[in-house]
Amino acid sequence: MASSDVKVLGAGPSPYVNRVQIALNLKSVDYEFLEEKFGSKSELLLKSNPVHKKIPVMIHGGKPICESLIIVQYIDEVWTDGPSILPSDPYDRAMARFWAAYVDDKWWPTLRGLRSAEGEEAKAAALEQVKEGMVLLEDAFTKCGKGKDFFGGDTIGYLDIAFGSFLGWVRTTEKMADIKLIDEAKTPGLFGWAERFGSNAAVKDVIPETDKLVELVKMMAAKPKA
Amino acid sequence: MADEVVVLSAWPSMIGMRVKIALAEKGVKYEYKEEDLANKSPLLLKMNPVHKKIPVLIHNGKPVCESLIIVQYIDEVWKEKNPLLPSDPYERAQARFWADYVDKKIYDAGRKVWSTKGEEQEVAKKEFIDCLKVLEGALGDKPYFGGEKFGFVDVSLIPFYSWFYAYETSGNFSIEAECPKFVAWANRCMERESVSKSLPDPHRVYDFVSRQKKKLGIE
Repeated sequence: MASSDVKVLGAGPSPYVNRVQIALNLKSVDYEFLEEKFGSKSELLLKSNPVHKKIPVMIHGGKPICESLIIVQYIDEVWTDGPSILPSDPYDRAMARFWAAYVDDKWWPTLRGLRSAEGEEAKAAALEQVKEGMVLLEDAFTKCGKGKDFFGGDTIGYLDIAFGSFLGWVRTTEKMADIKLIDEAKTPGLFGWAERFGSNAAVKDVIPETDKLVELVKMMAAKPKA
Repeated sequence: MADEVVVLSAWPSMIGMRVKIALAEKGVKYEYKEEDLANKSPLLLKMNPVHKKIPVLIHNGKPVCESLIIVQYIDEVWKEKNPLLPSDPYERAQARFWADYVDKKIYDAGRKVWSTKGEEQEVAKKEFIDCLKVLEGALGDKPYFGGEKFGFVDVSLIPFYSWFYAYETSGNFSIEAECPKFVAWANRCMERESVSKSLPDPHRVYDFVSRQKKKLGIE
C-alpha cells in the first residue's frame, strides 16, 4: 500500500464521488478527500475541471481526471496489482460499459423523476418507469454476473460500482415514499447483490447511511429558495 | 473462422459514422444494413431492445450498442492495427473525457443551429462556436487530438464535419471564419481514406436537413 499522491475532490452524498472512493478502496489506494462545500465551488475544483466545474475530480501526481466512470477506468488501468475492475474479455467490457451508461443516462433520471413527481398519477407513472428499469437491471445482473455474487463475477466490478453507488439514494427513496424498489420476490438477484455490495469492506463506509440522506433531503427541501 | 461483422446504421447519422471509420481504420470487412428510422427493422429491435437506436455492431451474432462503446470494443478486439486509444492511462482518460464532451455538447448544439430561427438561432450559433473553440483549445498545436496519431477523439468528432455545410447554410455563417484551426484539423482527417469513405457528401446531408426542416415546419 504505497502512499500515492492522490486527492479526491468531492462531497459525501454524491454517488458519482462514491464511485471513485469505492474504486480506490478496492485497489487499497490511500487518498486525501477534499470535501467541497455544498453551494460553492473551490478554486482547486474550478482550476482542475474548468470545462464542467463538477465533482468528482481525482488529482493524481498533480494531474486532474474528471467524470466518475472515466476516473474509475483510470484507477483500474493505473493500479494493476489490485483486483481488476473491468472484465478482461472485450465483449464483457462492452456489456459492463453499456449497462453503466444505461444507469447514468436512463435509469437515474427515472429515480430523480420519482422523487420530484407531484400528484398520485405522476407518482404512479414515475414509479412504473423506475420498476421497468429495475427489471432490465435484474436481467443484466443475470447475464453479466453469470450466477456469481456481483455484476463483475466473483469480485466487485465496473457495473457494480456504477449502479451500486446509487444504493444510498435507492434506499432513501424507498424510505421516503414507503415503497420497495429492490424487491426480494420481483428482483431476487438484485436483492441479494445489494446486501453483498453494501456490506463489502470497500463500500460500507462510503455509501452514506439512509437516515443521513433522508435528513439531507428534508434539509434541502426546507431551505428557502435564494 | 472468419469474423462476421454487421453494422446497423442510418447514413446521415454522425454517430453511426464513428463505427464505420473505426472499422475502416482496422481494415475490418463488414456488412452494412441501412435502417429506416421511421420503420425500424425487427433485427434492430432484437439487437438493441433497450434503446432501439442505431448504430449497432453485430459481431458473430452478438450485439454491441452505443457508438463510443462500440469504437472501444473495435479497438480492443482488432488491437494490432492502428490503435485508437493511447496506451498511457492518463492520455486514455483525456481521450475519453474529450469524446464524452463531444457526446454531451456537439450533437445538441449542432441540432439547435439547423432547427431554430431568429434570436434562438443566434444563441444556438454562439453556443456551437463556443464548443468548437473549447475543442480547439484541447487540440492545441497537435495535428490530431490524440497527438501525432489519428485516434479516439478524432473518430468521435470528425463525422460532425459532414454536417457543417448544412449548419452554415441554415445559420448563414462560416464556421471556418470563426474556427480556422478546427477546420484545418478536419481537413487533415478527411485526407484519411477511412474518414473520406465513411462520411456522406455534405450536400446530400444538406438536402436531408432541408427535408427534416420541412417535416418539422421550420422555415
